[in-house]
Amino acid sequence: MRKSLTALAVCLSAIGLAAPAHAELTGTLQKIKESGSITVGHRESSVPFSYLDADQKPVGYAMDLCAKVVDAVKSELKMPNLQVKYQAVTSQNRIPLMQNGTIDLECGSTTNSVARQQQVGFSVHYFITSVRMAVRKDSGIKDIGDLNGKPVATTTGTTSDALIKQNEKGKHIDVKNIYGKDHADSFLMVESGRAAAFVMDDILLAGLIANSKNPSDFAIVGPSLRDEPYGVMLRKDDAPFKALVDKTLIGLMKSGEAEKLYTKWFMNPIPPRNVNLNFPMSPALKAAFASPSDKGVE
Amino acid sequence: MNYHWDWQFFFQEADDGLKYYEWVISGLGWTTAVSLASLAVALLLGSVLGVMRTTPKRWLVAVGDTYVDLFRNIPLIVQLFLWFFVVPELVPDKIGIWMKQDLPYIVTAVVGLGLYTAARIAEQVKSGINALPRGQRFAGLALGFTEWQTYRYVRLPMAYRIVLPALTSESMNIFKNSAVTYAVGILELYFQYKQIIEKTSQVLEITIVVTLAYFMLAFVMNRMLAFVEKRTRVPGLISGTGGK
Repeated sequence: MRKSLTALAVCLSAIGLAAPAHAELTGTLQKIKESGSITVGHRESSVPFSYLDADQKPVGYAMDLCAKVVDAVKSELKMPNLQVKYQAVTSQNRIPLMQNGTIDLECGSTTNSVARQQQVGFSVHYFITSVRMAVRKDSGIKDIGDLNGKPVATTTGTTSDALIKQNEKGKHIDVKNIYGKDHADSFLMVESGRAAAFVMDDILLAGLIANSKNPSDFAIVGPSLRDEPYGVMLRKDDAPFKALVDKTLIGLMKSGEAEKLYTKWFMNPIPPRNVNLNFPMSPALKAAFASPSDKGVE
Repeated sequence: MNYHWDWQFFFQEADDGLKYYEWVISGLGWTTAVSLASLAVALLLGSVLGVMRTTPKRWLVAVGDTYVDLFRNIPLIVQLFLWFFVVPELVPDKIGIWMKQDLPYIVTAVVGLGLYTAARIAEQVKSGINALPRGQRFAGLALGFTEWQTYRYVRLPMAYRIVLPALTSESMNIFKNSAVTYAVGILELYFQYKQIIEKTSQVLEITIVVTLAYFMLAFVMNRMLAFVEKRTRVPGLISGTGGK
């Protein structure tokens, strides 16, 4: 009896001591403080945003940005020894894993869309991708109008395929939609001549082309069908954490550090195969760095 | 977990003018078509191979055994990729281009899934025939039946009854395995599932619906074949002992 009373007293005093420090913390920051750890969700093959290097370690442009965010969390919570965990996610499970608390922030290549904002929150945008098409140079296809009647590949479960449909309406061209299981598959369809073009985020196309057997056989052509912004995915309605993430990212953009990271991942040889994507900053991204935004696309 | 439930999205219009529930229905249609067509291929070819493997002709047995070894030991998704990506590059250019540009994808999918399942059905048909006492064949031959007639009138009618429960499992499996054909561009249920997640992010609702849909397909198949099993039961035969 006496023992349990002592234990109770210890507990009470612990709560009493701890409470003032916690008082203003809510949501993710509170969770991080209490668990003593932060879990970063990463992708396995979103080159060069978030992918596994030769040692199976998650690396990339988004991972570097998130490392800065983690540093900011450490100093905000005064927890220099905060444990950082990594959890691989896919485009199917990233949203449920965010909602159920498995991951605290997702650093990959996730488009900030209005539909997704029903489920999760997004930081300011750190990348703007344009949906364009990759073709074989010898196919003679230069524009969306040249696709009439041709098979066009896109990847199952990504947002880009709707654009073909929208453009079908707009420009009265009729394409045969075919679907690859993943980006590598869709690209293989173009490489093997099953599809005339692969419509996808231009940065992903650049990555696939850079890693193909003969990069000079392929070209990215046509107008941008749509611009899609990438943001760090957060839990919904978690203003204090979002404010911290945004403040960190905007700081990096203003100081020029974000641009340095961009150059490191998009204009230089990157692991694991030391391929250079040669993908200069687009005007849209420069604008996004100059005036950061978290407005999702429809 | 702070999930935003919304069952109404199924009635919202998607980019292509259809509603999301219509995507699910169209996926169900493709799943059913691919599965039933593959099942037909698999039953036919599987039966032929199964019979071949029980004949006294050594080379027929060898062909059947090789087929089963080959198709049972390669994962289904790899087989589909072989048919889809590799075979068109191995055949003469003209046929390859025709396969890549004109041949409907469902043919590739049905061939892939059908040939894979045929190997499994061949194994079952063979074990059904081998389960019969050897005397049945001898008795048939003694009555003046040809080898083929002993199959047609004596052995197969019993063998099929014996393996019907195993064939029921296989028929249910084919519906579940058909999900893999999304990888070769079939717009079936699993494909629509992935598309709807991407478009709406309502992961839980659509997962529940698609799970139930697959369950229903397999379950209907199960009930149908259970009915066949009951109707074809012959009292007094080995397979007639279960149930009343």
